[in-house]
Amino acid sequence: MPRTCYAIAAAIAIALLPASGHGEEKKDTLVLGMILEPPGLDPTAGAAAAIGEVTHYNIFEGLTKITADGTVAPLLAESWSVSPDQKTYTFRLRGGIRFQNDEPFTAADVKFSFERDAAESSTNKEKAVYADIAAIETPDPLTVVLRLKQVNANFLFNLGENTGVILEPKSAASDATHPVGTGPFTFDNWVKGASITLAKWPGYRDAAAIKLDRVTFRIVNDPAAQVAGLLAGDIDAFPRFGALDSLKQFQGDARFTVTVGSTEGKTILAINNKRKPFDDVRVRRAIAAAIDRKAIIDGASNGMGVPIGSHYTPNDPFYIDLTGRSPYDPAKAKALLKEAGVSLPLKVTLTLPPPPYARQGGQIIAAELAEIGIDARIEMVEWAQWLDGVYKHKNYDLTIISHVEPRDLAIYANPDYYFQYDSKEFRDIMEKVNTTADASERGRWLEAAQRGIAEDAVNAFLYVLPQVTVAKKGVRGLWRNSPIFANDLAAVSWQ
Amino acid sequence: MSLSARAAGNRSFAVGGLLTLALLATAALSLVWTPLSPYLIDVPQKLQLPSARHWFGTDSLGRDVFSMLMVGAQNSILVGVIAVSVGLLLGTALGVLAAERRGWVEEAVMRLADFTFAFPAILLAIMFTAVLGAGIVNSIIAIGIFNVPIFARVARGSAKAIWQRDFVMAARAAGRNRLGITLVHILPNILSVLSVQVTIQFANAILWEAALSYLGLGTQPPQPSWGRMLNDAQAQLFQAPWLALFPGFAIMLAVLGLNLLGDGLRDLLDPRGTRRAIAAPPARR
Repeated sequence: MPRTCYAIAAAIAIALLPASGHGEEKKDTLVLGMILEPPGLDPTAGAAAAIGEVTHYNIFEGLTKITADGTVAPLLAESWSVSPDQKTYTFRLRGGIRFQNDEPFTAADVKFSFERDAAESSTNKEKAVYADIAAIETPDPLTVVLRLKQVNANFLFNLGENTGVILEPKSAASDATHPVGTGPFTFDNWVKGASITLAKWPGYRDAAAIKLDRVTFRIVNDPAAQVAGLLAGDIDAFPRFGALDSLKQFQGDARFTVTVGSTEGKTILAINNKRKPFDDVRVRRAIAAAIDRKAIIDGASNGMGVPIGSHYTPNDPFYIDLTGRSPYDPAKAKALLKEAGVSLPLKVTLTLPPPPYARQGGQIIAAELAEIGIDARIEMVEWAQWLDGVYKHKNYDLTIISHVEPRDLAIYANPDYYFQYDSKEFRDIMEKVNTTADASERGRWLEAAQRGIAEDAVNAFLYVLPQVTVAKKGVRGLWRNSPIFANDLAAVSWQ
Repeated sequence: MSLSARAAGNRSFAVGGLLTLALLATAALSLVWTPLSPYLIDVPQKLQLPSARHWFGTDSLGRDVFSMLMVGAQNSILVGVIAVSVGLLLGTALGVLAAERRGWVEEAVMRLADFTFAFPAILLAIMFTAVLGAGIVNSIIAIGIFNVPIFARVARGSAKAIWQRDFVMAARAAGRNRLGITLVHILPNILSVLSVQVTIQFANAILWEAALSYLGLGTQPPQPSWGRMLNDAQAQLFQAPWLALFPGFAIMLAVLGLNLLGDGLRDLLDPRGTRRAIAAPPARR
């Protein structure tokens, strides 16, 4: 009899083995690597893309959702209708939703959030979108009517960005440190400088479908540490992996999967259009012609990245390839400088923020500019200095930066923006883009806009940042491309 | 035994001297010749292993590491020479003054030195470059400033001891003024101590310059710097570990050489280390 007992016990043990032996404790937790730490956790209050990487779709949700392929889908709004003049949007909200502090989600919260985004004191990056709403009506708790001052063909897309998420009035003030939203995960813990942890929220409307119990975002700035963290198994997945030179070693390793997709990161050599001699379009064209995009993509991005000729990516609607407008041609660049009457060598400063695309790409660009007689002195700065000196006070000649916001051509219509491009003609084109309701006619204006800034060589347009993800085998559901900077964890699971 | 014979017999001095000479020779040579231009970016050739064309391989932008190291030596020496000279001149003047004047002047100089010492040197230099802006000139100033109290302390300590010597008493009795005594009797007698300190501070200056450049506050690209080469190599540590090894060895050898030279110098110049030790002071008349 004891013998049978042992046999049964052994059988049970063997039956249990595969389940427990396959790292069962890993199945419902995930450690994601990210490069930059967010300054706060309220996406409606700060410009850093890192805020959205942690909170968007996980803690906070908007009325619409931008999906992995860049299309707009319902989220908190289950359906909507648009008036024929494209100025009135009527949203039908999903019922029975609660915030994580147990308050019900109603039309009043939408009204509160959008009014807060448009308010005088709002620091919302997309404030203009909300300031453009003339009236918000809430005929019943699950219906919201938005009346726009003018047509905005991007409106549903804008609402799907992390700047359009819906906050709960009582907790809104403390969302930067303790975010409360309607999403599948709640904020758990933030170890400053190290990691942010989210936990599954049992009260979520579809909690059963969420596979992960805990997700930790580990902040790893240093490329070598990113490699080490993945190799050591401390990090399960790195969605925007930074050590591109080390990619080969992960591609050849069966423990990892590597995907290369694209982001909306338009990497540009930004030019201060108000500074002499860059106020002369010939000088700006000379700079554009002096730059060999391929050398920069090879040197700064390990050969990955699509060259661009305007502030627009191939993923965007009505994209036209304008790289042919400013090909690499040092001889033409020299001729343009001569024509502009610039005395050589022209001494300028090239300000470089920390990412490799700037630090590495900057040295290549400096060498290429030297070829045509522009002596670019490199100045390396940290992010805080860049945001203050370059972005806020416009105190720079040239800088390299990647604009990760999707479809943000409108920044060129703002003469106060840091590159200080002031063109009435372009503003008129953007006005048409924003207010034209007919899709194909709007497309023609979008093409005109892309051509306009390429023709004026406002900045030297380099390439689209690739999205490289390195993950352990078995991690499922991560986005391959980044139409917006987000990690949609509801879809992520272990195989 | 003559000084030169003793010098040859002192192993620290010989090894240190050779290493330092090699450093100086490399820097001098790099002014006129490097195998390839250290500024030549050749992206397709990036991260090459050491070869006949690239003796120490290439970095992430395809530049020749050997050439960059040679020019980097120039950079280290430039920072070392200027920063140490600033410290030596100002510091010695203050130290000798303190030893001569005594009283509140000495107190003031020494407390100021203590105050500077209260901050770790590298933090002070970081603060300085952060306020004034990154760059080679500002890092020289930052390192130079920290050298001042070090030399002031050393000069004051040894000068005070000399002031107690009989020959100084004799000079005073003979009516020589205090400035004259300082110049003729004190300074020559503290020179040996100072020269040892110079080699040590030179080594420190090279280290600090490398540290500042590593942090992005020192020498700015494209000018090669050992510290920044280390920083650049860090991102490729898994891909191309040799990129970190070469500048690391360069810094180590330069600092080791100068420190050994300082040790050797101290032994050679220290009268107690020789047979003439009994005939105490290295007197001068």
